[in-house]
Amino acid sequence: MKLRMLTVVTAAALAAAAGGAARAADEVVIGDIDDMSGVYADVMGAAGVEVVKWAVADFGGSVLGRKIAVLSADHQNKPDIGAAKFREWADQNGLNMLLGGSNTGVNIAMAKVAAVKHVPLFNIGPGGASLTNEDCTAYSVHYTYDTVALANGTATAIVNAGGKTWFYLTADYAFGTQLQAAASRVVEAHGGRNLGAVRVPLGAADFSSFLLQAQASGAQVLGLSNAGTDFSNSLKAANEFGITRTMKPAALLAFITDIHSLGLPAAQGLYLTTAWYWDLNPETRAFGKRFYARFNREPTMDQAGAYSATLTYLKAVKAVGSTDPDKVMAQLKKAKIDDMFTSSGYIRADGAMIHDMYVMQVKTPQESKHPWDYYKVVKKMAGAEAFGPITGLCPLAPAPK
Amino acid sequence: MTSVFGIPVAVILGQLMLGLVNGSFYAMLSLGLAVIFGLMGVVNFAHGAFYTLGAFAALLALQLFGINYWVALIVAPLAVGALGMIVERLLLRRVYGLDPLYGLLLTFGLALICEGSLNQVFGATGQSYPVPPALAGGFNLGFMFLPLYRAWVIAVSVVVCFSTWYVIERTRLGATLRAARENTPLLQSFGVNVPLLMAGTFGGGVALAALAGVLASPIVLVNSYMGSSLVIVVFAVVVIGGMGSILGSIVGGLTLGVVEGFTKVLYPEASNVVVFVIMALVLILRPAGLFGRD
Repeated sequence: MKLRMLTVVTAAALAAAAGGAARAADEVVIGDIDDMSGVYADVMGAAGVEVVKWAVADFGGSVLGRKIAVLSADHQNKPDIGAAKFREWADQNGLNMLLGGSNTGVNIAMAKVAAVKHVPLFNIGPGGASLTNEDCTAYSVHYTYDTVALANGTATAIVNAGGKTWFYLTADYAFGTQLQAAASRVVEAHGGRNLGAVRVPLGAADFSSFLLQAQASGAQVLGLSNAGTDFSNSLKAANEFGITRTMKPAALLAFITDIHSLGLPAAQGLYLTTAWYWDLNPETRAFGKRFYARFNREPTMDQAGAYSATLTYLKAVKAVGSTDPDKVMAQLKKAKIDDMFTSSGYIRADGAMIHDMYVMQVKTPQESKHPWDYYKVVKKMAGAEAFGPITGLCPLAPAPK
Repeated sequence: MTSVFGIPVAVILGQLMLGLVNGSFYAMLSLGLAVIFGLMGVVNFAHGAFYTLGAFAALLALQLFGINYWVALIVAPLAVGALGMIVERLLLRRVYGLDPLYGLLLTFGLALICEGSLNQVFGATGQSYPVPPALAGGFNLGFMFLPLYRAWVIAVSVVVCFSTWYVIERTRLGATLRAARENTPLLQSFGVNVPLLMAGTFGGGVALAALAGVLASPIVLVNSYMGSSLVIVVFAVVVIGGMGSILGSIVGGLTLGVVEGFTKVLYPEASNVVVFVIMALVLILRPAGLFGRD
């Protein structure tokens, strides 16, 4: 009897939940699937959902006379979960656009769903440049940064500053190897030499053994081809073991949250490349201030990108007067993007959003005047230089002759 | 430069040293697990979470109360050990006498709750704990630069491990503890407060984990996941050493740290699986573990 009661109650609850989740056809639905609880949760995460809601509110809360709804889910860094959630929203919730958070693997899986369901997918958090090459789709926009732009920024700046010989500490998975390959090409193209690499299992507890190997190579530059906690822990150990006295560390991907957790004494002097920094101009500072007031930290480039991407999508919908995915994509690929994220962005045929990138150097504790005053601009790279030419690997965009 | 099997001697000595540092952590953590399993029969899957709590306790003590490293080294394990005793009294004692699987599931659940809560409150990125000034710097061994702090870790680990072994294997208290596992009713009839003994044992094992956490905090970023990957390796160490064997966990921990260190040079990609390969071999050839008694 008890069991039957429980079944009835559960069924009723499920029905209510389903009813609540089913969106009326007259809503425009934006989704955000990201790592909300794992190792990348601070890069975009729950604060990313919040800024998407800000963008919706700033846009007026509605478009074409339809209310705008925001959904969010945790992909737990599992491609199958991300893809299944995307499919569910597309089938049952009338999803119009999806923001893809961190993790290249999950975003590749979601791109396959975007191609089938014809739902525009803005890849905000992933780095893998394959998303606009072999894994590209007609509905993908790779928005914030990619491995090619990161390597072009950091590696070019360091080789030109005299760091000619490189050794890489590479995270042993798709992202790490893509990043190392991109950096190696840049180093060679500028007359440098790659002396070797050690592939480190993801989430290693101790990096000192790998670092001594890097030091033994005699290379001038330690290319950190990893991210998140692995990046921070390897740089921390490099300082502790005195590696940074003989080698110049290069961060191939670092977020401002990583620099914050390391602290300036450990991170000072580091070169890195970013799409966005809170202290670039009045618009970025305004966004930074608003974010700081809410979260007590400065936003990452991904959080700024999520805000900008939401506005970019809504503007395109408004311009064509429809949420028809093909019409919106055509408009997106024509439009200029000019907001707090970039002043001269445009979306290329292969789906890459081309915009300025910044090569930064982390300030010394003496140079830093106030909390989160972490970067000085070494070089502002124009979008075309940063993201490089179209490769031709994406069938939508033949390589230029 | 002289070399053995094509590897320069300097590199071999360097990896030996680093292996001992990592092995010190394995030894201290597996020791706590071995104590808890050997004397209580509980497979404590929350051991990694207690290690993490130790590191967070040190970090918060510093940030909120300005309590320095040296005080935290004593206070944090005591605080986490007390928490462990509460957990034992409220939850763990209810699964004594049941299949060990129940204790495993209970502690695993506790570990997930603990990690999730820390992640919710402190975020995923992690925070830096400064190396205490007295232990900053290092010395040149000729073949490598050894940070003073890492040498300190080895020293603490050796002292703690030997003391624990001595207390359990060579003192009257240790004999009483072992007797509690062998025959509880008999010991109780002698007037020994066995429930208190059990709570104390669990608290002690957990305090060892917390101590390892405090020792690790200046080396790695303190975050909610720092214990979860480590605890799996440590379980493998315990299995290799022999479930519940004190000496096995100490020797096993140090040895496997060194083996892992060499793997990082010879075939780095395998460095996170080599311990498990050895575990599989030990289970096939000597299921009770290297120091275990059938």
